[in-house]
Amino acid sequence: MKTQNPFFRIPVYLTLLVLSVSVVSCSSSEDNSPDWQLVWSDEFEGVEGATLDQSKWNFEIGRGNNGWGNNELQYYTDRTENASLDGEGNLVITAKKENYEGANYTSARITTQGKLELTYGRIEARLKTPFGTGLWPAFWLLGIPMEGQTWPEIGEIDIMELRGQAPTVVASTVHGPGYSAGNGITKDYRLTDSRFDTEFHVFAAEWFESKIDFYVDGILYHRIEKEDIENAGNEWVYNDPFFLILNVAVGGSYVGSPNSSTRFPQTLTVDYVRVYSE
Amino acid sequence: MSTIFSKTMNRIFFSGLLLILLAPGCERAVSDLEEPDFSNNPNVFIDGFSGGLNYAAFAGSVPAAFQVDNEVTFDNTDLGMRFEVPDVNDPRGAYAGGTYFTSSPRDLSEYNALTFYAKSTESVPMDIVGFGNDLGANKFIASVTDFRVNSNWKKYIIPIPDPTRLTEEKGMFFYSFGPIEGKGYTVWIDEVKFESLGTLGQPFFEIFNGENDTTSSFTGVNTNVTGLGSTYNLADGTDRSVNATASYFEFSSSDESVATVDELGNITVGVQGSAVITASVGVVAAVGSLTIESQGAFTRAPVPTQDPADVISIFSNAYDNEPVDFYNGFYAPYQTTTSNDFEVNGDNVLNYENFNFVGIEFNQNVPTIDGSEMNNFKVDIYLPNAVPLNSAFTANLRDFGADDNFGGGDDTTVSFTVNAGSNPALVSGQWISIDIDISAMASKSNLGQIVFDSDAGPGLQGASIYVDNIYLHK
Repeated sequence: MKTQNPFFRIPVYLTLLVLSVSVVSCSSSEDNSPDWQLVWSDEFEGVEGATLDQSKWNFEIGRGNNGWGNNELQYYTDRTENASLDGEGNLVITAKKENYEGANYTSARITTQGKLELTYGRIEARLKTPFGTGLWPAFWLLGIPMEGQTWPEIGEIDIMELRGQAPTVVASTVHGPGYSAGNGITKDYRLTDSRFDTEFHVFAAEWFESKIDFYVDGILYHRIEKEDIENAGNEWVYNDPFFLILNVAVGGSYVGSPNSSTRFPQTLTVDYVRVYSE
Repeated sequence: MSTIFSKTMNRIFFSGLLLILLAPGCERAVSDLEEPDFSNNPNVFIDGFSGGLNYAAFAGSVPAAFQVDNEVTFDNTDLGMRFEVPDVNDPRGAYAGGTYFTSSPRDLSEYNALTFYAKSTESVPMDIVGFGNDLGANKFIASVTDFRVNSNWKKYIIPIPDPTRLTEEKGMFFYSFGPIEGKGYTVWIDEVKFESLGTLGQPFFEIFNGENDTTSSFTGVNTNVTGLGSTYNLADGTDRSVNATASYFEFSSSDESVATVDELGNITVGVQGSAVITASVGVVAAVGSLTIESQGAFTRAPVPTQDPADVISIFSNAYDNEPVDFYNGFYAPYQTTTSNDFEVNGDNVLNYENFNFVGIEFNQNVPTIDGSEMNNFKVDIYLPNAVPLNSAFTANLRDFGADDNFGGGDDTTVSFTVNAGSNPALVSGQWISIDIDISAMASKSNLGQIVFDSDAGPGLQGASIYVDNIYLHK
């Protein structure tokens, strides 16, 4: 499965993606934003308490290796207690404080691996985050591992990560070989009169052959360019298929552990996830 | 408990205000009774008093502790507020404190916080700052008691627990700063105003400290909602707790015939049954509840008949009681006994719950009791629940001897145990009068302690026991 040519694994409609092969200059691409066409979405319509559409999403179960590589504290389940529709058009991922399979917290992590794998496009979600020390919600993409590849060679595009102890700040980041984990290329976006946990905000990445732009509420605040990465002596690993991930981690190296003031349960509310192509 | 305590303190503290109007000169008598809309002016003190604002110093404070300062101001604006906190024993007053209030109410319901900038000559805690002190009912006081201030200007945020309540508010800002370790200091405050902050979120309220408690009670018992809490999360991710008066909370009872609760959180127990007391603030439900299991009419302890002249009373509504240190010493770490005392139809009853042992002491901050003229030690007890197997209740009265101190080899204790086979017997559902002959005690002139225990019958551990009419008599 993993070694299949990724372009053949994308559902038919995604093969219609117009790869951005144009060699327009940076300024003109800014002025002429692509004519994005919706090619995939989950609006999370359904009855309250229903689980996810399994034709679009997978659950990842358990604690991963070494807390999913980050010393995270939660056990991910596929139970509706941790991820279900709210009956009002949203998916709710719930992080709970409970003893479960040796962990002190439960939560959910869902991916589109094997169901939606894409290269380039606009990837967008409307989210309301959890808050509190030790909560770590994320909307991100991972590359499909080719034969023998491991992270960070596969590439990682983080459209939104938030530290619950900083409810007005999100970050977007790319991780690749030579610039991963604490050395990922990252930028914060800060709200001055709003919060990410009390209102919905729209997070998007516009991913092209040689650049990735990150947006919050339609505001472009972070641009990653192939040229810059290569000029720094690193490898651009973003021309192959990736899949989407939504999760809420508890604890881990990025946020630290919850403390006595962290309130549980905590929820990541997802109004929609939409993928567009040019 | 602590919240109610501090609220009571506030009430006492503010009840005797000395009005010293600064007369800013822009005051006019309000004769227009039909004014439909109150001002929504958010400014309290920006570069001087906002329109209609008055100042009154609190009783006992240095009257001129507050001054308008034209030198030290936030962001080099024209005027700021300066507070000169006195050293201890300053004849002018013991602290700096006062309230800023308007003559005409303002509608503050569109804001969600009072904010200001502050600095001081040294790093000190700000004893209390808040708003809602209107020199009247003080209904919607919100205050913070754990701010610190230092020599750098910093912004402070006091969230409004429920802005929808503040449609007619006069209390704009109040403060009280006392000497620290005997020493005075100076605080500057500026840019005091109400704001609507989009970064303020996640309101969290609790009653009964967030616990879901259950209590057994009787018709006519009065108690109240305790453990109120109010917390918001700030832009920097930290929680900000605010002391909010009960009026910000809306209390409700699941069965008004079993228990009613008024707007100040006073609970009155009614007929037999079960009722759950809950609360909300605005649209947010408070965490915590109290389930009241009303047993119906309370069986009052037998009213004592001894002549008061022949009695030294420790706890009874029939006599004047000697002062005690406490009716529950909460001895750590082995004591499990908690207290949930109540008053029913004018009679106070000690209610020991989760019983294993408990001490009543009168030897620390009060004198020991001279019982040398007395012959008996009397106590009434009542077990509301079935008596478990192997239960025994022992009452112990201890005299501290000639040294008037616990131990020392000269103490004398008299004890009496009631169990299933004793006379009187340990039964449930009726008052048991224990009357112990103490005439044989070697010393009765330095009585210092009463201990109730379950040592002779551990089956009693965990029980609830009502106790009344503890006294010595001839």
